[in-house]
Amino acid sequence: MEQRYSNLLDEALGLDQTIEPWPLRGRIVAIEDQVETSGSFVLHHLLKRALSPNSSNVSIFIAFSQPFSHYDRVLRKLGCNLVTQRDNKRFFFFDMLKLQCPGGDGGITPEGGLIALYGKIHETISVLPEISRKNVTIIIDDLSLMEVAANGSSDYVLDFLHYCRTLTSEFGCSLVTLNHEDIYASADRPTFLLQMEYLADILIKAEPLATGLATDVHGQLTVMNKGINYGQDSSRNKISNFHFKVKENIVECFYPGSRG
Amino acid sequence: MAESICRVLRDGALEGEHAPALTIKDSIASPFGFHVFSHVLSQLSSFLFAGKSQSRGLVIVSFSRSPSFYLELLKSKGIEVVSSDKRIQILDCYSDPLGWKDRLIEAGSFTALSHESSVSSTAIVFKNVKYMDKLYNSIIELGRGLVGGGKNRFSVAIDSVDEMLRHASMSSVASLLSNLRSHDQVSSVFWSLHSDLHEDRVTSVLEYLSSMVASLEPLHEPANGQRGDLEKFSLIEHNAKKGKFHARFKRRNGRVRLMSEEVRIEQSGINLTSLSSEGAVNQGLAPKVQFNLQLSEKELIDRANVVLPFEHQGNGKPIQIYDGRRSLVDSKQERPVAVTEKVQTNEDSGRGEIIYFRDSDDEMPDSDEDPDDDLDI
Repeated sequence: MEQRYSNLLDEALGLDQTIEPWPLRGRIVAIEDQVETSGSFVLHHLLKRALSPNSSNVSIFIAFSQPFSHYDRVLRKLGCNLVTQRDNKRFFFFDMLKLQCPGGDGGITPEGGLIALYGKIHETISVLPEISRKNVTIIIDDLSLMEVAANGSSDYVLDFLHYCRTLTSEFGCSLVTLNHEDIYASADRPTFLLQMEYLADILIKAEPLATGLATDVHGQLTVMNKGINYGQDSSRNKISNFHFKVKENIVECFYPGSRG
Repeated sequence: MAESICRVLRDGALEGEHAPALTIKDSIASPFGFHVFSHVLSQLSSFLFAGKSQSRGLVIVSFSRSPSFYLELLKSKGIEVVSSDKRIQILDCYSDPLGWKDRLIEAGSFTALSHESSVSSTAIVFKNVKYMDKLYNSIIELGRGLVGGGKNRFSVAIDSVDEMLRHASMSSVASLLSNLRSHDQVSSVFWSLHSDLHEDRVTSVLEYLSSMVASLEPLHEPANGQRGDLEKFSLIEHNAKKGKFHARFKRRNGRVRLMSEEVRIEQSGINLTSLSSEGAVNQGLAPKVQFNLQLSEKELIDRANVVLPFEHQGNGKPIQIYDGRRSLVDSKQERPVAVTEKVQTNEDSGRGEIIYFRDSDDEMPDSDEDPDDDLDI
């Protein structure tokens, strides 16, 4: 039943056919959302697909936004048990809510904190068995809160993201990030947001409809799949746009106008 | 046109002159800068390996891609780099630009797994990207290692000046690029940059430092305004695989040459064709509706024939401002008072006419007189 509805999103990401080997290997997915249209559901959906029993994918979740119990509750409704996955060493949860970087007064500096985080991720991947090492998804929720944790220094966050990117080329992991577009929209030059957009192989934007609020449609998703890799299949380079409605246990994705 | 750029880089520097330098700049609306960079890199490498270029070696300073990416790229163009005849070296500023891995190893919390052993002979890892002087020295050292000393020259390709600008001041980056250009063993230099990540003056400085600027722009400008979702999406789709490629060449004699083409991103790289006409492009964007938005031939002629009321017709007659009280032709006839104004074209006379009924006959015609003149103060 779920397959029918989330199919548009899976199709846009290349997840509708087979998920083993993980189609997003070595790719960076950036999700941008706004206050009116939260993009967390895309994050949850990707996590759920990554932890599917048909896949050998391992997920490393770096949470700045919510505690473990929140994600556990959400994923349970989607039919995925995070506690079991954690026990089976398929799901690693890094709780960053307690990370405080007081800014170099003898404690952890923002840079030091992020270096340590990178080290921890690298270590986690290195000790995985060979088969799983090639199939890791790193999820960050979310980048604006990471910037806050780093005392507002977007430079350190960008450095950290660069090192995460080296993980995608070193191990073939995929990186999924969530950021809020409207936080940076008022700046003259939303550099932090743009840097992420340049970095991303797949950019997913969750935006409200131009016509405003509606009961049947919560917003629209635009998926821009770049596929810059030379010598890979050309079907990757495409753009999709469709509407979505977030329900209790599922998100419905449909083309504009196909709903009464 | 991209071929002209590659030829200039291939031919290199003249004795006593600065090396030619190319800036490739793009923006998020048309992010094809790296595709162009890869294209130029592949072309220059082909010239190099065929012995047709002034430079005998190429140093790639990679910030945004791993060394193995470049080796794969060149391999796909038929250039095998891992061989005894080394002509390309990569200064790897990607794998560990800030030395974080070393710091973690010191702290004892890092197991380095070296997957890059196959490329270690072609790539040297650089861990101090905050220091432009060290970077400069490493580039020169690598280049000299490739071509030797004396009059032999090498080219330098920097895949992202953005990363350099993030780590170091603009003046130190500009000075590095300028020093590279003026080094007597450097044949040509090229780099790419995202113009929207920096202030305008930074982009300007880099453009001043270059003898050629290749800029990429979207085919259809995304205007900021109230646009429907479908329109916005259609624009994004149009701009996703195509764009405008502008090249500006600065000659030694001071003349500037500008060329423009349309660039298309394909599987194998970029494809440049001449720009399609603006009209065809714009018509494709007009909304498709059920009524006719265009004017027919007859309508165009009639519109041209309309006599505008206050316009000098150029036939020597004095201008008579029509005040609606009497017609221009027949001054005896009284016009009936009309409640509303009417504007219509009279097609029977074969020329257009504008008929204007004033609201009330009692009103004085407009004039230059001071309306307060009749006050008796």
